[in-house]
Amino acid sequence: MLPELFFGYYASAIVIFSLLVVTRSNPVHSIMWMLLLFFHIAGLYLFLNAEFIAAIQVIVYAGAILVLFLFVVLLLNLREELKVKKFIGSWPAGLFIAAALLVIILSVVKSFVPGPAGKYSIEFIKQETHTKALGTLLYTDYLFPFEIASLVLLVAIIGAIVLAKRKKGN
Amino acid sequence: MPFVMPDLGPVMPEIVMTCLALLILLADLVIKRKETIAFLSIASAAIVTYLLAGSAGITFKGMFIADNYSLFFKLIFMLNVILTVLISVKYIAIEKVNFGEYYSLILFSTLGMMLMASAGDLIVLYLGLELMALSAYVLAGFLRHDIKSNEAAIKYFLLGSFASAFLLYGISMIYGLTGTTDIYKIGEEVNRLIGESKISTSSPIHPFTHSPLLLSIVMFAAAFSFKIAAVPFHMWAPDVYEGAPTSVTAFMSVGPKAAGFAVLGRVFLTAFGAARIEWTGILIPIAALTMAVGNIVAISQTNIKRMLAYSSIAHAGYMLLGIIAGTSEGMASVLNYMLIYAFMNIGAFAVVIMLRSEGFKGDNISDYEGLAKTHPLAAALMLVFMFSLTGIPPTAGFMGKFYLFMSAVSAGYVWLAVTAVIFSAISAYFYLRIVMYMYMKEPKAEVQLSASPGIALALAITVIAVLIIGVLPSKVISVARIAAAGF
Repeated sequence: MLPELFFGYYASAIVIFSLLVVTRSNPVHSIMWMLLLFFHIAGLYLFLNAEFIAAIQVIVYAGAILVLFLFVVLLLNLREELKVKKFIGSWPAGLFIAAALLVIILSVVKSFVPGPAGKYSIEFIKQETHTKALGTLLYTDYLFPFEIASLVLLVAIIGAIVLAKRKKGN
Repeated sequence: MPFVMPDLGPVMPEIVMTCLALLILLADLVIKRKETIAFLSIASAAIVTYLLAGSAGITFKGMFIADNYSLFFKLIFMLNVILTVLISVKYIAIEKVNFGEYYSLILFSTLGMMLMASAGDLIVLYLGLELMALSAYVLAGFLRHDIKSNEAAIKYFLLGSFASAFLLYGISMIYGLTGTTDIYKIGEEVNRLIGESKISTSSPIHPFTHSPLLLSIVMFAAAFSFKIAAVPFHMWAPDVYEGAPTSVTAFMSVGPKAAGFAVLGRVFLTAFGAARIEWTGILIPIAALTMAVGNIVAISQTNIKRMLAYSSIAHAGYMLLGIIAGTSEGMASVLNYMLIYAFMNIGAFAVVIMLRSEGFKGDNISDYEGLAKTHPLAAALMLVFMFSLTGIPPTAGFMGKFYLFMSAVSAGYVWLAVTAVIFSAISAYFYLRIVMYMYMKEPKAEVQLSASPGIALALAITVIAVLIIGVLPSKVISVARIAAAGF
């Protein structure tokens, strides 16, 4: 019962905070809700015995990325921003599709049967420690995707510089 | 856990591609003449093409598969790089965005496509897709002082992330159901799941045998439909194609679409091979709608880039027919068509780019009025590409459509092939309207062509390919058949 309660709280809190993030007209308020959201996601990772990912979630997302967001918001004109309409005219259509998707997913999930479990059971993780298990996997079995991820980050950096820094070319 | 060094032979082209793309990024600092950078990127594509020949095999525990299927797609990607760079050199100078990063982003995007085509694991597939898409978002917004280009980049980025979310949701569902992300192992598991649910339900061909599996397939179909710009996930295409730099539009209309078909083919025919009845039920309406919306909405366009965007949507619909057929013959006709499409579409965009000159946008259809009188050669080339896109013999477009529709007919989807023929007859209206404008109207304003050796070479390659494949199609289709033999 307790795990269900724990998960139920975190899952519903994540949904509510996400809604608050996108519906606030003041960007600073949105970011503060996002901070709470990130902490709750970290809580969910802890619940899954993934303490390393939970720590990274707090350090990288709540620590670094959120501060960057705040810097960007500081560069915006908040008074102007408050006057801008939050949603475009067709939001009811989006809400309808989202609601329909929710109904479909809920009706489908009932007949969901998990597939065969792998070797990374909770006992295995507890014995091996999560950080070590994750690190070993990333540098052996998942070395290839890990390297591709580094290229994705590189392209993101190049893109940011290309779009933001350059003056008009020759 | 002892670490065994994986066999790097099959990934060699990708590794070399990464190194060359990084090298070009650095070379941009010291080389001031951007034509040299352009030449280096064409040379990189040539080197990688050379390496592709000797790199077959499966490595990284089945995560990376270099087979004939992926090889064929990678050749299309290399062709796409070479043709795009050839038509870009003069164009990005006119647009005043002559930066070296342009070429390295094109190479990185192509690297992402190569990884997608070779992905044997859904994680590699997803990361390849993100690499391809992120580079494409930046390229779409490359004209950063142009509000339309900004809009294109933002729209592409937001909707692209939305599609990625769908893909991830589908991947997580299928991972939960099967306990693996390996495409071939998923295939075995799905086979088992379908078998079990057929025993439990009374009707042997009940359409909704396994609802979580079906939901996962729907998610995959939505995400891949976004990449190939199929209706109803096509909304981004006209705006992005119009706003992006024309050379990037040419690149995007071929590369990501081909990569989308590569993963669509591999995932649907291999991982979901046992659930064919389920996914044909999803893809048939998508294909029919795509052909209908693409061809009908294209009629009312006044901007040539928007018109070509709707035309590219319609072509995605035709190609879906080959996937729906679900046979290796169908897949071969998709590969064949993708190659032909690369030639004819980039050719058409090369003509569109020529009309762009200093102070003249040249992307309205009315700009083509009387082109045959002022620039007869450009008009003749555009005529060939428009005929090919319509599918009029003796151009390659006809042969491509012929094989596609034949594969649909032999798989038993006669009515779908008939629909496709009807819609390609409708498409003649907007393709031939351009021909009519060029040949039967008087020139209104003096149109300057900004030709360059690069564009001339690209046009020569594309027009020769379109005509030769149109007359002698057997060589290409037989290579495509070998590439698709695994399905």
